[in-house]
Amino acid sequence: MSQNDSLTSMSGGGPAASGGQGHRFLGGHAEGRLSYWRRVDWWLVVPALLLSAGSTVFVWSASRADLAPEDDPQYFLVRHVINITIGIGLAFIVSRFNFRLLRAYTPVVYVLSIVGILAVYSPLGLSIAGARAWISLPGGFTIQPSEFAKVALVLGMALILAEKLDAESEPRDRDVFWALVLAAVPIGLVLLQNDTGTALVMSVIAFTMVAVSGARRRWIIGLIAGGVLAAFVAIQLGILRDYQILRLTSFLDPEGESGAAAYNGIQARIAIGNGGMFGRGLFEGPQTQGNFVPVNESDFIFTVIGEEAGFLGALICIGLLGLVLWRGLRIAMNADDLFGRLVATGVLAWLAFQTFENLGMAMGIMPITGVPLPFVSYGGTSMFASWIALGLLVNVKVHTDSNA
Amino acid sequence: MSERSNLRLIVLGVLIVSLLGTLVARLSYLQLVAGEEYQAAAANNSTREVLTPAVRGLILDQRGRPLVANRISLVVSIDRLALDREDDEGAATVAGLAEALDITPAQITDRLLPCGQEGAAKPPICWDGSPYQPVPIATDVDPETALAIMERRSEFPSVTAQLESVREYPQPFDANMAHLLGYVGPVSQQQLDAQEDSVDPARLRSRDLIGRNGLESQYDSELRGIPGITSLAIDTAGRVTGTVGESQPVPGNYVVTHIDSRLQAVVEEELEAAVKRARSFGNDGESGAAVVVDVRTGGILAMASYPTYDPDLWVGGISTRDYDRLLESRALSSNAIQGTFPPGSTFKPITTIAAAQEGYDLGGTYDCPSDYEVGSQTFRNFESEGFGPITLQRALEVSCNTVFYRLADEMWLKGGGNAATVESPDPIADAAARFGLGQVTGVDLPGEAPGLVSGRIEKQATWEERRDNWCAEAKEGFPETRAEDVELADYFTALSKENCLDGFRWRNGDAINASIGQGDTAVTPLQMAMVYAAIANGGTLYRPHLAKAILTSSGEVVQEVLPESVGTVGDEASMAFLRDALIGVTVDGTGRSSFEGFPLDQVPVASKTGSAQVFGDVSTISWYTSFAPADDPRYAVVMMVTQGGTGSGTSGPSVRAIYEALFGVNGSSVNPKRSVLIDAAPADQLPVVRPDGTPVVPGLDDAAARLTDDSLAVRR
Repeated sequence: MSQNDSLTSMSGGGPAASGGQGHRFLGGHAEGRLSYWRRVDWWLVVPALLLSAGSTVFVWSASRADLAPEDDPQYFLVRHVINITIGIGLAFIVSRFNFRLLRAYTPVVYVLSIVGILAVYSPLGLSIAGARAWISLPGGFTIQPSEFAKVALVLGMALILAEKLDAESEPRDRDVFWALVLAAVPIGLVLLQNDTGTALVMSVIAFTMVAVSGARRRWIIGLIAGGVLAAFVAIQLGILRDYQILRLTSFLDPEGESGAAAYNGIQARIAIGNGGMFGRGLFEGPQTQGNFVPVNESDFIFTVIGEEAGFLGALICIGLLGLVLWRGLRIAMNADDLFGRLVATGVLAWLAFQTFENLGMAMGIMPITGVPLPFVSYGGTSMFASWIALGLLVNVKVHTDSNA
Repeated sequence: MSERSNLRLIVLGVLIVSLLGTLVARLSYLQLVAGEEYQAAAANNSTREVLTPAVRGLILDQRGRPLVANRISLVVSIDRLALDREDDEGAATVAGLAEALDITPAQITDRLLPCGQEGAAKPPICWDGSPYQPVPIATDVDPETALAIMERRSEFPSVTAQLESVREYPQPFDANMAHLLGYVGPVSQQQLDAQEDSVDPARLRSRDLIGRNGLESQYDSELRGIPGITSLAIDTAGRVTGTVGESQPVPGNYVVTHIDSRLQAVVEEELEAAVKRARSFGNDGESGAAVVVDVRTGGILAMASYPTYDPDLWVGGISTRDYDRLLESRALSSNAIQGTFPPGSTFKPITTIAAAQEGYDLGGTYDCPSDYEVGSQTFRNFESEGFGPITLQRALEVSCNTVFYRLADEMWLKGGGNAATVESPDPIADAAARFGLGQVTGVDLPGEAPGLVSGRIEKQATWEERRDNWCAEAKEGFPETRAEDVELADYFTALSKENCLDGFRWRNGDAINASIGQGDTAVTPLQMAMVYAAIANGGTLYRPHLAKAILTSSGEVVQEVLPESVGTVGDEASMAFLRDALIGVTVDGTGRSSFEGFPLDQVPVASKTGSAQVFGDVSTISWYTSFAPADDPRYAVVMMVTQGGTGSGTSGPSVRAIYEALFGVNGSSVNPKRSVLIDAAPADQLPVVRPDGTPVVPGLDDAAARLTDDSLAVRR
């Protein structure tokens, strides 16, 4: 069976009907003709859907308080729901994309994303919270090209690292080198835009992909050493500005630090701690409704969940994210070619690190950087990117099953 | 795919699981372990409290008459923090406000300076409240003035004029009671700090008034109440976003006292009359005190101190002039509980009890010579009169000193004489301690003085404290005195040298002085009242108390203060002996002149006179201690006047007048209906407070009938 077949069968008749009934008793893998809908990993998709669905009430709760009374209280809610809908649509398209075509289009996607990042310097560029990382679009929409660049990074690196035909041996050093060059370009550009958080996520993606590609150990050691050295040099030469260092280190000594970053961190922890076991109830969190936590509809959305839904709500949130990551790992493990495995690994590293960084910063065990919570935080581009990432995972899974 | 790749994926998986575990652990800590802490922080963050002050509780007399109440007053205050922010640090505001209020700017600045700051006046004129609390400048401002000030808000941005509840002293029957009631003042920063992070709703807050003396201070926590708190939710910009919680203010509790204000008025008048009497005899008559207690309960029915002051002076803050005058008149402290004086002959019953316990026969006969010699010293009887051999009862009646001198000398010798140590027996001091002297009575008033019992222990302690001083004096030889009078300087030097060497030794001369309440022994009039109350009731020493009960503002009883015995002073036989002897004092002893013509057959009075010498004073302290009716004692009455002359001459007539008021005596007739006490007895029921908080006061017609009665004549 080829990917082409599955594509036609899917775009053809009612997908659920054609897939489900015909093969229920036939034993999926042996038959090898499972429909797309049967091959989708619902343990992956449903938790992500639940996360996005649940996020709407918390985004609503958080954003209501920001708005002036004369504004439409559902302003952010409506946009959030639109973003999720678009994101799911994008995921659907990405997941059903011909696997071979995906590889073919990768260079285009990569170049486009670099152009996108550079477009930030055009008159359309927009600076938010010290980071020049946005492009304003007509209609009040903004997009953050660096989010899409993560997709390009994952695909681009997977393409180069999996180029070699012999799947049983590790990538050649030359491939690893070029993969790293490919990663360095967007990371460098994003760093120049003061978007440390995204640069960090990209670096983690690149490192993880190189590691899982099977590259020789010296690459791993070299990358770690290089990272440490780069951080040291950046601090010593003053490349990182004081406020950047402060932002990164304030979590170490929150009570002793009086800066705005420390204040935000303290307020975030107060909000979460205030939730207790069962939470204050939706719309009832005093920290949330009093606007004590900044950007709590996007980067600090977890403080709203923590305060209003309490420990139970927050635990469910972490649990759903954990499910997504577990299924991502499974997909990477089971992938039957290196390209698929590396795509899945890149996406996994991306979602895992963003989850840990975002929740960690809200709870004061990670530095505060502008990293959104996948599937949950308000923000169009990051929501699209999360769902595209999910779409890539589904694509790999579907491809794997159809090859089995 | 390579094994290496698989392995690294597994490592990645382990890493992800451990990171998720870390997140869950941290979440549990924040929300479950440290949750309360963060909840408190959140509450603090996002709510502001608006307080509705609680009405302070009333203080009532035993019949429900308000002694301290509240009224509404227009108060002009200055917010010091706002004043300091003005361009000229508020100079223009102060000047303008002084003009508007018709006072001097200095009067305002005196009030504004925090106590302890350089140039600040003494407390309570200086500001000892919280810096965040507006300082009241003028109370009872007339509405026109207040309105004029508020209309000039732009001129006086830091000044407010608002209606506030202030304390009022109704002074029923013109009873003053300043020392009993005390006053309220702003809470101090130290008191606020001392509470630390209290979240008790009844805690002190920076705008609170707090009792600063008397009952207001003693029962402050009962009287203060709990303010109503409206918790408003606010956002980061300080906008009110809603009401989180609301509680109604709980008015302060009422304190019902044993005081009968009508009796109190009589006692105050009679004390003043005694002081004037002392002056009419050519004495200085500086000050005095009078106490009436219920011997069956220890309840204080009346207690007065002279001189006194107008408690209204404190309302809204006292002025410098008034305060200086108060200090000068020495009217601030209560002589009844804070002044200590030698008891003189009123101490003799205690010496009697000591002798009885040492085995002396109370029915025996003792020689009363005109003087008693010990070594080179001669101790004289009062006016050097000798009575020859007399009974001990007669010795008390005529107050024969030499009888007690001999008893003291013999007991001293028996206790070891000069060879005695500090542990050797000291029967007189022991008896005095049993009667509660040398220690606070535990009355429910702040600042009570313990007094002193002269004895071996006391002498040793004094010597240890002053030895260095004495020795230094002996060495220096009083050079200043020596320049003028060599002989006197020699005498002083010898005295200091003796004190330096063995000033710790309790000599027979000391014991002899102690036996008649002289020497270092010092007592408060309240202590003496409790001594005589104990003799009257058969030997039970009660803790004196003013409060009879605590009621809620709607009249429910919170707590009834029950009589509290703190010890027994002697056996029934000794007490009976003393009662008879003290009756004899009134009938045919030193107290006779005071009670000439008093119907002692119907109202037997037991009493003791005292004329105590004070080193440096021209005249003696006039003491009159008593209880009645002696056959079924109910009241103990004690009065003393410093620089007052004799007990019977100065205080005696006033004590008699107090008994006349208590029992309704007019001339030689007794009519209980004329008593200043309703039903001629202390109230046995608690007063009734209506649910709206107003106490039921004895009917006006009732009172009017009494006032037109000749009881008024009794009072004069």
